[in-house]
Amino acid sequence: MIILPEAETLYARLAAELVSWVKPTSALIGIHTGGAWLAERLHAALGIGTELGTLDAAFYRDDYRQQGLAKEPKRSQVPFPVEGRDLLLVDDVLHTGRTVRAAMNELFDYGRPASISLAVLADRGGRELPICAQYCATRIELPAGKRLRLTRDAAGRLAFELEDGE
Amino acid sequence: MASNLQLNANGELRHLLSIEGLPREVLLRILDTAASFVGVTEREVKKVPLLRGKSVFNLFFEPSTRTRTTFEIAAKRLSADVINLNIAASSQTKGESLLDTVANLSAMQADLFVMRHASSGAPFLIAHHVKPHEHVINAGDGRHAHPTQGLLDLYTIRHYKKEFSNLTVAIVGDVLHSRVARSLIHGLTTLGAPEVRVIGPRTLLPTGVESLGVRSFLDMREGLKGCDVIVMLRLQSERMRGALLPSAQEFFKHYGLTPEKLALARPDAIVMHPGPMNRGVEIDSNVADGPHSVILPQVTFGIAVRMAVMSMIAES
Repeated sequence: MIILPEAETLYARLAAELVSWVKPTSALIGIHTGGAWLAERLHAALGIGTELGTLDAAFYRDDYRQQGLAKEPKRSQVPFPVEGRDLLLVDDVLHTGRTVRAAMNELFDYGRPASISLAVLADRGGRELPICAQYCATRIELPAGKRLRLTRDAAGRLAFELEDGE
Repeated sequence: MASNLQLNANGELRHLLSIEGLPREVLLRILDTAASFVGVTEREVKKVPLLRGKSVFNLFFEPSTRTRTTFEIAAKRLSADVINLNIAASSQTKGESLLDTVANLSAMQADLFVMRHASSGAPFLIAHHVKPHEHVINAGDGRHAHPTQGLLDLYTIRHYKKEFSNLTVAIVGDVLHSRVARSLIHGLTTLGAPEVRVIGPRTLLPTGVESLGVRSFLDMREGLKGCDVIVMLRLQSERMRGALLPSAQEFFKHYGLTPEKLALARPDAIVMHPGPMNRGVEIDSNVADGPHSVILPQVTFGIAVRMAVMSMIAES
């Protein structure tokens, strides 16, 4: 029996940790779909002046040849010039690091940011690329073949769910 | 038959030959994916790496500027290598058969064929013979189909009108020779547009067109009443055999879209045209350049729609 962490508690921890990160040049980018929900909340909580950006790095993924496009690729929206910005990429779960790699590649097609940091709710290990999160609310061990997924109910409450499949 | 050839065992798009036979979910998925690519085409770097290393062969056996160019741009924005074949100057004129031409290109490691041909069904023939990893996109075959134009028309309508479920759409002019009209009619009925009309002289409406689920009108003023979307077709003089029309002037008088006729449609109606336009034959310049016209956005959306189709096909 795997006990999943409380997503709402982790969110509060992450938001508290990020307060010191905020600068006038800061901007948030959420990775669809879970990361975009988190980024939306963080954007309001941290009082970020720049509009919120969202990315679906589907067009940059390295598993396109094997898996094709995601069923519903979302539209990426970066409504500010990334040139010279300190960007915070937000995702729900950090696993192999491949999504983050794809997201960074996409970001560089918008311009050259001053820096990119990564914030995640949960790091489940299993990295296949040299990527780490500067801000991470928890670490969790999970068996391979299980997918940790963030869900959001009608009231906007976040929760973790375990699914079969990578 | 068409539908089996176009979809793989998982119901994913493998070739795009005609809108006819494609299920609603596949059409919607193409339109949704295209919306994501519209975002890409608005960026400074308008390129994504999806088709890196793939070769796209543009085989145009019939002249085309806009369609060939937009396919080329779409493929390049997906990072594919694009080879444009000048067919008029190629082996076909030396007597090589279509299948031999394609077999030779296949030996050059082609991944995707974009094909336009004057004979209806030519892309189907090729799709039957290509290797499993090769894909075919129909860029217009004879009078039969022009699926990417139909899809970009659907995309444009959805962009401006959001929903299909309450729309009245009129397709006006030379429906008989128009592969664009056929593709669009299939798309609109599949996506649930409740009223699709075709308007034109009896000689330019196909017999039995009502069997496609459309209403036909010989009187343009009658047909335009209450329309949300007006799709003007090009008068295809190069496909006309025999005297179907008295003259272009006469045609314009009855079936040309003028500001005065446009006023009979809904006040927020949009006007579309697949291009190239014959100003003063099927459309008045005041309408083509006026506030209801979405003719140039159609071209821009066409790139995103073709990117969507190519990226969905190449994955299957």
